[in-house]
Amino acid sequence: MTATMRGVSRRDFIKIGAAVGGGLLVTVYGCGPSGGAGGDGPATYEANAFVRIGADGKVTVLSKHLEMGQGSYTGLATLVAEELDADWSTVEVIGAPADVEKYKNLAFGMQGTGGSSAIANSFEQYRQAGAAARAVLLAAAAKEWGVPVAELDTEPGAVVHAGSNRRAGYGTLVGVAATMPAPADVPLKSPADFRLIGKAGVGRVDARAKSMGTATFTQDVQLPGLLTAVVAHPPRFGATVKSVDDAKARQVAGVVDVVRIPTGVAVLGENFWAARQGRDALVVEWDESGANGRSTADVFTEFRELAGKPGLEVRKDGDAEAALAGAAKSVEVTYEVPFLAHASMEPLNCVVNITPGGAEVYNGEQMHTLDQQAVAQALGLEPAKVVLHTLYAGGSFGRRAAKTADYMVEAANIAKAIGGRAPVKLVWTREDDTRAGYFRPAFHHRMRGGLDGQGKMVAWWHRAVGPSVYANSAFATGDGKDPAGTEGAADHPYKVPNVYVDQHSPDVGVSVQWWRSVGHSHTAFAVEVFVDEMARAAGRDPVEFRRSMLADDPARLAVLDLAAEKAGWGTPLPRGRARGIAVHKSFNTTVAEVAEVSLVDGKPKVHRVVCAVDCGTVVNPDVVAMQMESGIAFGLGAALYGAINLEGGRVVEANFDRYRMLRLPDMPVVEVHTVPSTAAPTGVGEPGLPPIAPAVANALAALTGKPVRRLPLVG
Amino acid sequence: MVTINVNGTPREVNADPAMPLLWAIRDILGMTGTKFGCGIAQCGACTVHLDGTPIRSCSVPLSAVGDKPVVTIEGLSPDGNHPVQRAWVEQQVPQCGYCQSGQIMSAVALLEKTPNPTDAEIDAAMSGNICRCGTYQRIRAAIHRAAELGRSA
Repeated sequence: MTATMRGVSRRDFIKIGAAVGGGLLVTVYGCGPSGGAGGDGPATYEANAFVRIGADGKVTVLSKHLEMGQGSYTGLATLVAEELDADWSTVEVIGAPADVEKYKNLAFGMQGTGGSSAIANSFEQYRQAGAAARAVLLAAAAKEWGVPVAELDTEPGAVVHAGSNRRAGYGTLVGVAATMPAPADVPLKSPADFRLIGKAGVGRVDARAKSMGTATFTQDVQLPGLLTAVVAHPPRFGATVKSVDDAKARQVAGVVDVVRIPTGVAVLGENFWAARQGRDALVVEWDESGANGRSTADVFTEFRELAGKPGLEVRKDGDAEAALAGAAKSVEVTYEVPFLAHASMEPLNCVVNITPGGAEVYNGEQMHTLDQQAVAQALGLEPAKVVLHTLYAGGSFGRRAAKTADYMVEAANIAKAIGGRAPVKLVWTREDDTRAGYFRPAFHHRMRGGLDGQGKMVAWWHRAVGPSVYANSAFATGDGKDPAGTEGAADHPYKVPNVYVDQHSPDVGVSVQWWRSVGHSHTAFAVEVFVDEMARAAGRDPVEFRRSMLADDPARLAVLDLAAEKAGWGTPLPRGRARGIAVHKSFNTTVAEVAEVSLVDGKPKVHRVVCAVDCGTVVNPDVVAMQMESGIAFGLGAALYGAINLEGGRVVEANFDRYRMLRLPDMPVVEVHTVPSTAAPTGVGEPGLPPIAPAVANALAALTGKPVRRLPLVG
Repeated sequence: MVTINVNGTPREVNADPAMPLLWAIRDILGMTGTKFGCGIAQCGACTVHLDGTPIRSCSVPLSAVGDKPVVTIEGLSPDGNHPVQRAWVEQQVPQCGYCQSGQIMSAVALLEKTPNPTDAEIDAAMSGNICRCGTYQRIRAAIHRAAELGRSA
């Protein structure tokens, strides 16, 4: 029995080692049955910052981006493997260490993952890394065999010489390769020669481990002497600890310590259950004098008041007010969306181990550069002394990209409070995770449109009101504007002669944050429902109406047309069903979706979603399809059920019983169609989400004749 | 000290009998394939089999386990070769992967009772397992595929 237990533990330990790179990886593979590199050669050839090749032929790709479900490990490995001509079955991926020079996101200038940018910013870089490694392996074989490099070629995982019928697996060349200089300017493959990029059947590198329960998440980290910490957090934003009686908590079996930290009171236990029981036994008196006391109703009242006052101008073409005054027909509507929590399946957690002179952090690490600085500051260390180990993240959807690194700093503060005497695993409960803020902001959109006598739009007026995601982020603009508040709205594609867009960004005392597709998650709802309302006012078909205003945007028109065609737009549906459409561009990717909806027991039921996407070059068609399915499911769950409410400053929802999620029976059949493209790849992690809420809302309006202007639909 | 039977092996667990089975499996026995998601039997990430029935191990205390056999994801197969696991890889189900151990355990229990489930039976058996990545369409396809693999096995 202990053999099984030890086996599992050891495997996990090795797995963590492999996931965090470096020494253990070499040790493990160095013991492997290779023999090609000889006794003196290195076990691993570090071709460059992104590629290592083992003497056993295994190719290890170092991912600068977090794998949180979106498929970045698979996509980045595909880019390397394509140019390296690697045998896909030998490729594995580990998270890169924090090193901004080597691993910065070329779209951010710092190391981090977000904005659907992983593949877009790495497309050239990771291919070059693979091509450079291949060039050295070719040169190594040429040297070994004494033949001109021009006579050599590769097949997956091996260098071959046709003239002498020789073949050398990459693993057998690592010893020689390690002694050779890195080449400059290696040409990349022509897309016509791709055998992995864009091809079906290149499976995810993490599918098997994630189907066996062996993929290691931060929740699974086991270290000698590890203590688990559960924290009593303030009941309202802005409250602090006044006093603590921890006598009962300390009596709970397995509780080791209780410490006060800036964000509450932490109970440390030998295991989660002990720490959780200890937390429940705490008697904490909170100082709520500085706490936020607002309720959701107060927040929306403030939004509606602001919607009557001029905001910061974001776009002005022509004179929308004059055009509205002169319009044959005008429409004024408002759209409202609630706060939303990210609710990743893995409740937030972080392991911090204070070591002599530094600290080791284990985390689903999304923003390496900022997080390393934040943890270092909390611990009084130089950032370089904080070693970040990136593990698989059980989702993020933007939550792990807070500038404050809130949960990581909390873990660091607990480790510090116990003098670093044990590694600390901070585990948030689901309730902690749901109530901690950093929400998708609630928003109010006031929109006015004018039509001329021919049913053509002559005026578009939009005021967006909601808290700024950018203001407290690392990407703050400095001019007071919140790009997220009007992204996808100020730059809407429809050709209308008079357009006015402005924004208000009130601080309502609730932290807000990136949430999958950020501002697009609500601006697409406002814009695309509004367009349908204008089409109805004009007595025109929603697709035809959009087409008439997209003549200058053929790329978007093509996506709209593809979705409409594949969905059979205009063809009859069974009685009681209706279609709705929406098209939206986010993160440089355009997606159109057609939803087929009926009412079951008076509630919306989405049967089928036809999705068309233009994301440039497709690196992995199945991952693109997965991300469209995923964005649709995430957006549909929010559209149907999602709302975080405040009552007197307290978050009402705490767990999945009241913060309702999409479940399997709610999932529509999703069909994904891709627009063929040779353009550079653009993001797919987020763009599938924005069109689904308006597509469903538009279908419901078509079905019932009643417009939908507020989310969630079911509540 | 409590003795529980996990994946065919009796295991001694030195813990409060009120401790949920989940934490005994994870924190005491060190088997981390079974996940913590909500703690109130709402998400299914912690699903294991107790006497052949899928249960939410976050909400079943050790005292209720007795000597009934517990099967976790680690007990399905030594090599990922269980038909449901094979189908999961074939259909490329996992994204973040955190919920998938629980999804797979629910699917295995369904197929053991209903070897060729209808969509409605899949809906009923799987509605207790939340996936935030929205892999539901692939889960449905993988269950049908696993049913085929099971028939040919």
